[in-house]
Amino acid sequence: MSRQELIGPQGLRQDGRRANELRKIKCKPSVLSQADGSAYIEQGNTKCLAAVYGPRETRQKAQLIHNKANINVEISLAPFSMPQERKKRSKSDRRLLEIASAVKQTFEPIIMTSLFARSQIDIYLQILQFDGGTIQICINAATLALIDAGIPMQEYVCACSAGCHENHTLLDLNNAEEMADTPELTVALLPMSGKLTLLQMDSRLHVDKLEPVMNLAALGCKEIYQTLDETVREYVKDLFQKSSPY
Amino acid sequence: MSIHFLFPKPAFSAGNNDQKDQDGDVDMFVRAQRDNFESKVVTPGQVITADTQYMRGHGTYLNEEESSHISSVAGVVERVNKLITVRPLHTRYTGNIGDLVIGRITEVTNKRWKVDINSRQDAVLLLSAINLPGGVQRRKTEADELQMRKFFAEGDLLAAEFQGSFNDGSTSLHTRNLKYGKLRNGSLIVVPPALVQRCKTHFHTLSCGVDVTLGLNGYIWVSKHSSKNLDELDPEAIYSNDNEPVDRSTRETIARVCNCINALSRHFMCITDTIIAYAYEASLKYPVKDLLKLEAMEFVTTEVRHKLSVVRSIY
Repeated sequence: MSRQELIGPQGLRQDGRRANELRKIKCKPSVLSQADGSAYIEQGNTKCLAAVYGPRETRQKAQLIHNKANINVEISLAPFSMPQERKKRSKSDRRLLEIASAVKQTFEPIIMTSLFARSQIDIYLQILQFDGGTIQICINAATLALIDAGIPMQEYVCACSAGCHENHTLLDLNNAEEMADTPELTVALLPMSGKLTLLQMDSRLHVDKLEPVMNLAALGCKEIYQTLDETVREYVKDLFQKSSPY
Repeated sequence: MSIHFLFPKPAFSAGNNDQKDQDGDVDMFVRAQRDNFESKVVTPGQVITADTQYMRGHGTYLNEEESSHISSVAGVVERVNKLITVRPLHTRYTGNIGDLVIGRITEVTNKRWKVDINSRQDAVLLLSAINLPGGVQRRKTEADELQMRKFFAEGDLLAAEFQGSFNDGSTSLHTRNLKYGKLRNGSLIVVPPALVQRCKTHFHTLSCGVDVTLGLNGYIWVSKHSSKNLDELDPEAIYSNDNEPVDRSTRETIARVCNCINALSRHFMCITDTIIAYAYEASLKYPVKDLLKLEAMEFVTTEVRHKLSVVRSIY
């Protein structure tokens, strides 16, 4: 079995990045006019679209919580998102449900749900092109969409993945690197206070490597925060200039 | 000869030397300017000010050590005396008592209707809060309860006034005025609630011959001009479901006004009757359906801005 070389002799990975470089991020808030808040984000070749509706009336009485808002997350992977073949994935696919539940638990302590009793906040995420890093892009897209919807949150939640391959810690793994059996750790961080809200890993990693991988992912989160914050600020400035009456 | 460098003295000392007047009050305007956060763009998690003298309003929270105000939404800081709030870009309608809102019935339940008003929860319209046909104030009998759908059924649009809110955040409406009630003969358009300004009256008649009802929750109703006086309204007909016949030119005018309002909302301009009138005049250059295209919308909004700046420069 030939081992794929994820990181070459000059320290460059397969897509030309260094070990601690993020993929290029492009993001745009308010792309859907019908939703209360929406965002489109690209991290390298992975593209995700997020729509937030809420707070609005709970549709199902069973989900009503009397003193908080109910957060509902749905993730879907477009059939054309994978390069191999066009396969329709149902919404109740187990992996997607797990990611949705992880996103929901990440946002539950951050969104100030106690301000909207008996209402519901719906977050719909759609992955349009898949190249690794599902959870991280879903969390980043959801953050941007929630901010666009004007829902009060304690702060941004930024997520980043990192892995370890032959003693090199790699930041922001793409699909090829994920498939090559590298242990992948996803970290979601509150950049201002430095608190972690999500730490997820599905593979096996030696305990000595845990700290450097986690620290690298945390640094990646802070970088992502800078990009997202800049985008939001520009957008807010632009809108407030347009909306001033004269 | 020795050369001495004299450094400039600081304009004010960095300490807390507010100029107190004889009552011990501090001029908050001066202080806020010095603290320099007014009209600043903030994003969630950003510290607005570390001064605990201010009270926190909507869109802010205190951090754990209670030492600084942090913003919880992305928007612009607004300050009124000692109260700091952050106004976000898009937000759902939060009502104030006395607001005119337009809503759609979503549910008919025991002695009340649930109305969707683009807010955090559906509002409640009680059976006791509507005008019964016949005009006379009479007790609500059981027959009325069983016939609620005769008044408002699911899907109906109505104009109502915001009455108040309950403890759990749900809100209540009433239509106890002849100008409120079921809406007919027109078309609804939805805009962000922040764009509709509060003014003396929300029922406008445009010179082109249509009526515009600006709901403060962002729902706007554009309809055929109803020239009937309120007193002449047939009390039995206030809950009728039939539209009057609307001729083609009125329909085109209604569609044109709707597209103008859509163009204004896309460019985030506020919506008042004068602005709609300017936009209507500017849009006459294009056929109605071309107003949905981006260039036409741009043209209309730049014309409106131009007219507004001309008007403003006169004063």
